[in-house]
Formats: sequence, structure tokens, C-alpha cells
Amino acid sequence: MEEPTTRFVQGNEACVEAALYAGLEFFAGYPITPSTEVAEHLAIRLPQAGGRFIQMEDEIASICAIVGASLTGHKVMTATSGPGFSLMQEGLGYAVMAEIPCVIVNVQRGGPSTGNPTHVSQGDVFQARWGTHGDHAIVAMTASNHQDLFDVTVEAFNIAETFRTPVILLFDEVIGHMREKLVIPPAGKIPLVERLRTSVKGGVDYHPYLPREDGRLPMSDFGGEHRYNVTGLFHDMWGFPSNNPQVVHGLLRHLVDKIQNNANRMARYKEYYLKDARTILVSYGSSARSALHVVKNRRARGERLGLLELQTLWPFPEHIVREKCETAQNVVVVEMNMGQVLQLVKQAVDDPDKVFLANRVDGGLITPTDIRNILRLIQGKGV
Amino acid sequence: MAVKDYLRERFFPHMWCPGCGHGTVLNGLLRAVEKLGMSKNEMVMVSGIGCSSRISGYVDFHTLHTLHGRALAFATGVKLSKPELTVLVPMGDGDALAIGGNHFIHAARRNIDITALVMNNRIYGMTGGQFSPMSGYGTSATTAPYSNIDHSFDVVELSKAAGATFVARTTAYHVQNMADIIRKAILHEGFSVVEVLTQCPTYFGRKNRMGGAVEMVKWLKDNTTPIGSKAKQENPELIERGVFVQKELPEYCNEYNKVIERATKGR
Amino acid sequence: MTKPKPKKPKPKLKQLHLNLDWCKGCGICAAFCPTNVLEIDDKDKVTAARAQDCICCKLCELRCPDLAIDVETE
Repeated sequence: MEEPTTRFVQGNEACVEAALYAGLEFFAGYPITPSTEVAEHLAIRLPQAGGRFIQMEDEIASICAIVGASLTGHKVMTATSGPGFSLMQEGLGYAVMAEIPCVIVNVQRGGPSTGNPTHVSQGDVFQARWGTHGDHAIVAMTASNHQDLFDVTVEAFNIAETFRTPVILLFDEVIGHMREKLVIPPAGKIPLVERLRTSVKGGVDYHPYLPREDGRLPMSDFGGEHRYNVTGLFHDMWGFPSNNPQVVHGLLRHLVDKIQNNANRMARYKEYYLKDARTILVSYGSSARSALHVVKNRRARGERLGLLELQTLWPFPEHIVREKCETAQNVVVVEMNMGQVLQLVKQAVDDPDKVFLANRVDGGLITPTDIRNILRLIQGKGV
Repeated sequence: MAVKDYLRERFFPHMWCPGCGHGTVLNGLLRAVEKLGMSKNEMVMVSGIGCSSRISGYVDFHTLHTLHGRALAFATGVKLSKPELTVLVPMGDGDALAIGGNHFIHAARRNIDITALVMNNRIYGMTGGQFSPMSGYGTSATTAPYSNIDHSFDVVELSKAAGATFVARTTAYHVQNMADIIRKAILHEGFSVVEVLTQCPTYFGRKNRMGGAVEMVKWLKDNTTPIGSKAKQENPELIERGVFVQKELPEYCNEYNKVIERATKGR
Repeated sequence: MTKPKPKKPKPKLKQLHLNLDWCKGCGICAAFCPTNVLEIDDKDKVTAARAQDCICCKLCELRCPDLAIDVETE
């Protein structure tokens, strides 16, 4: 096995390296801060690997183009931020409905609207979940450092291919732009999921939307020997439009169940000093870096503080949050928005009144001092 | 292969209204494909939303029925990721030029080898007769009850300006010409646009007192003329039909192959 | 536009296949038939009233929006 490579890179570049490691073959995107470096690096790196990069006319076109390229049998990705992610919601819903494996990177910036393009935010957690219209399930993951970012990016491709679903990578401006060490593992170190293709022979009826017993749906590449239909309308097992109530109900259930029933399998998180923690910080993305700093720092002074760092945001790992926070006196959600994961944690735990928010929404990274001050207020010690 | 072999016959009779020109476009398109002797496995049809876009359900190709206006964006992903495929994109006038106008001009600008068919019936049929960017000043529609004040595009001029390397116009009356033009458009290496003037007797015809399907098809016959004809000189109001542009320019997928060559040089 | 091609032998009609399940009776075929072969009957379906006059130009087959006509020649 070849040796690992050590690099000093931006998070956006780490994402590119991970995508290539996972087998990315096609990228379509549109420049937008703070995700632009993903496109810039892929413009260089993808053709070197024999893949294809295209800069589209907007984000709507970008997500549509990757869906088209996924159907010809390729691993695909797009990357965007803020308003671009809003524009992608229509195509995201299409990918959910048509069950298209694809990865969508959203390097979050301050919003709403044009907002605070060059500054950090974590305000798109709920948009990732409910931004596209209609009932559906979604997968969204995040990371707080480049090594984890590399791993979850590879995992995003694996989940997309396993479950025939779009997967959102919800990074943030600080992670995207910060430079730190990244160790790229040798090929083969992290297992990769390749697309499951049908074994049905040409000329025999192939059902692109009939799940196997294990729930997976084997695909057939456009241009191959099976000709079928793909649509954003509710459709039968051949992919043809249907408004038969049984078909509509069955498909919607399938789209939700295939994600929700595998929530535990997709749940990625890290825990620090949770065992005897009286106060548990729940955080994710760059906020979790400051939260971890506070936890380590206070532990040294004897405070029983712990950190639950979430890497899977959707499906929300409710059971894990409940279980880990069961004995804590206080749970403090550290995030850079007005309390999005806060709502989810409140729903997850037995006593929502013990859950507090430590946030910052002015465009600056939430610092250990910010968190410490809020903790002191919660503990009744004053700032 | 017979024309019927390209059809998904189980979905017939189709869902279009009696006398709708979209069926004639499907008919002409299949003649063109049959004449080229193309294999069904190499054909991908990508369509958007609207009456016209339902055409993809009826052909036995790889078919991708997408979002309103976005067909060309999906098609760009299909084509660039697998350039050996032949990609056809039929669109309605609203689909191609209103909600999809940006994708339309940029696909043309890239000169990617896709055949775009604009099935222009000058109305939104699926939603019940609202004016489209092709309805034209002075027409009537459910959303232009006091006469339309929106001016229309000229698809041919728009396509030329955007950089399409094959631009043609035909009608649902001139069926032999339509099949021939679509065949040429498919053969053309680069972005090709074929505007097909078709009739919507249910909405445009009724709203604008143009009579039934037969009268509307007759209108297409009487109000169009070959490019540069004497009739056009005598009556500038006539709409020209034929091939307006057919030129060779570097095709996008071929150009990207060169990018890959440059990127991998010396590796 | 193009020069007239050398004349082929005239095709002869073998059968006029009219698919009444697909026909929606719009009348386009009948209205533009150069020899007035087709009619729309009182059930709003196409019928070959004067099949013997057919010159096999196939314009009805090409123009039919319902793909309901097949002019089979010998």
C-alpha cells in the first residue's frame, strides 16, 4: 500500500481531495463565496484525473447538470453557498424524488439573502432539511476539522451511492477557508461504495424503481441496454408518471423510510468527557472547535464539562442525543445561528428546560470566551 | 426499424388534445430518427415541464423528464459526461424561453452538441392558456384579458445571437421539411435549435379566434414562406422558415477532451 | 430551393391503416389530403371514403398528430 500524503490545505481543498478519493468524476458549479475554491481546485484536478468540470450559468443549472451526469453512471458533486443553495432547492427535490446519487456541498455564510458572504454562519441547518418543497427525508453531514471533513466527504459519496440519494455536506466559512494539516490516506484505506448496477439483461424488463429485499435499487446507466424513464413526478417502478394513490403513498413512504430507517447507520458523532459531565455542550462544524477548547480548558480546572460533537445533522441522531444527555444537569447547544439544532436537542431530551443556547450571529466565529461567558450566565455566576 | 418501433405504444393514445401540433412534431422527430437509422440505446431525450415536455414519455429512448425550464441544464450533464450519446431536448416556448431562457442562451453559447426543439405554440397549455414569451403583442390569453402588452422573442434571432451553430424554423404544416430539418439538426455537431411553429387549438386558437386545428394549420401554411422568397419581399409580415444558420465551430465536449489532454500532459 | 429529383415510379397503395383507437378526429388529415381520400365520420374518427384515389403521398401519415395513420404501399 502506498504511503499517506500530508498536506497543508484549506477546508475547501480538503473537500476536493476527499471527493477525488471517493471517485468523483463530474462536477458542475457556479462561483460563490465562500465555496468558490472547491470549484477552482476541481477545475484543475478533475481533468487531471480524466473527470469533467463545468462552470454552469447558475446554481440551478449546476445541480441539474450533476443529476444528468449521475444518470450516465458517474459519481457527481456540486458546491455552493447561501443564495446558491437556495437556488438549488428545486433540483435537490428532483434528486430526492428521482433517487439520484449526488453530493451537494454548502459552505455556509451569513444570511438571509446576500447576507454576510465572507463571514461564518451555521444558519442553513433547517434549510438543508426543509428547503425543498414537499415531504421528504434528507442526509446532511458536517465536520469541525479537515481530517474529519475528508472522512465525512468520502462517507457522503458512500451514502449517496448506497441509498440512491442526494447527500448535503453542510460546512461553514471558517472550515472552508481555514488552513490546517490534512493527511490523505492511501487508496483503499477508506472503503468506497461503488454504484450498484442491475444484473438484469438487456431486453428483459428492468425496474429502476423497484427496491430489492435489502432496500437498495440497482441502477442502469443512460446509454446502456435498459431504456427507462426518470421523472420528478410520482412514478411507478418503471419510472413512468403515476397518480395512483397506492403508488404515490408507496413511493413517498419509500423515500422517507430508506433514510429514516437507516438513521443509526448514518449517525456520525464524536464525544469528549461525556461520562461524568454535568454540563454537556452539543456542537458541530467550526463552533465545535471552540466548544472543545472550552471543555478541555475547564476540565483542567475540575469542571465536569463534556462535548457531544455531531457530524450527522440529518437524519438528526435524536436517540444518541437523548442517551448521551440523559444524566446531564445542563445541555448547552453551541452554534452560529438563532437556535436551529437547539430546537432539535430540546425535542430529543426528556427535559427541554435544561437546554440552553450559546450562539453568535454577527459574522464572527464563536470563541471560547463567548461560550465561557454564556456558561457563567447559565450557571448563575454572571459574566 | 419502423417508426412505431421507436414508440412506447402502451401509452397511446397520447394525452395531447385533439389537433395539438405536438403530436405532429413527435411524428416528424421519429421520421428523422428512423431515417438516420439510430439505435434506441444511443438516444437520450431530456424534457422539462409542460404539454410539449410529455413527449419524452412516448419515445423508447433513455428519457429524462425534468424540471420546468431546466431540461438543457440536465442535458448538458448527460452530454458532457457521456459525449457519445445523442441528446435531444424538446421544449415548449415558455419552458425554453421564459423560465429556461438563461439555460437556453448558455447552452447555445457553449455550442454543446445537443439538439433543442422549441415546440412553439405561443401559449402555456398545461396550466390553461396563459400568455407565453412567444404569444406576441395584441394576443389574448387568460393572463392577458385586456390584450397582451408583452412583445415576443424571435427564436431564430435569439439563437443566432446566443451562438447556436445550427438554427432553423419549420412548422407543423410543412411535415416533410420538418423531418428533414430535424434530421439535419441531429447530424449537426454543435448546438442546434429547431423552432417548430405548432398549433394549440384548445387555448391559443380559441382565445384568439383562430378556429380549430385545421384552420390553425392552414394559418401556418399561409403565414410562412421559405427564407428569402419573393413572397417575403412582397409581404414582410410573412414568417420565414428553413435553415438560417449552419456553421462549424469547436464543439464543447470535443474542447473539453482537449482540456483533459492539457491537464494530463506530462503526467 | 433544391433541384427536382429524377422521378421515381409511382407508389401504389396496398393498405391504408387507420388506428381508430388513437385517432382523436381533429380532421387535419382530411383537410389537407390532396385527393380528398379521407373524411371524419359522425363518430369523430377518420375514415377512408375514397381509398381508390390515394396517391400515397403520405402527408396524412406525417401530419397526423395522433400517429394513427400508416399508408402501406406495395
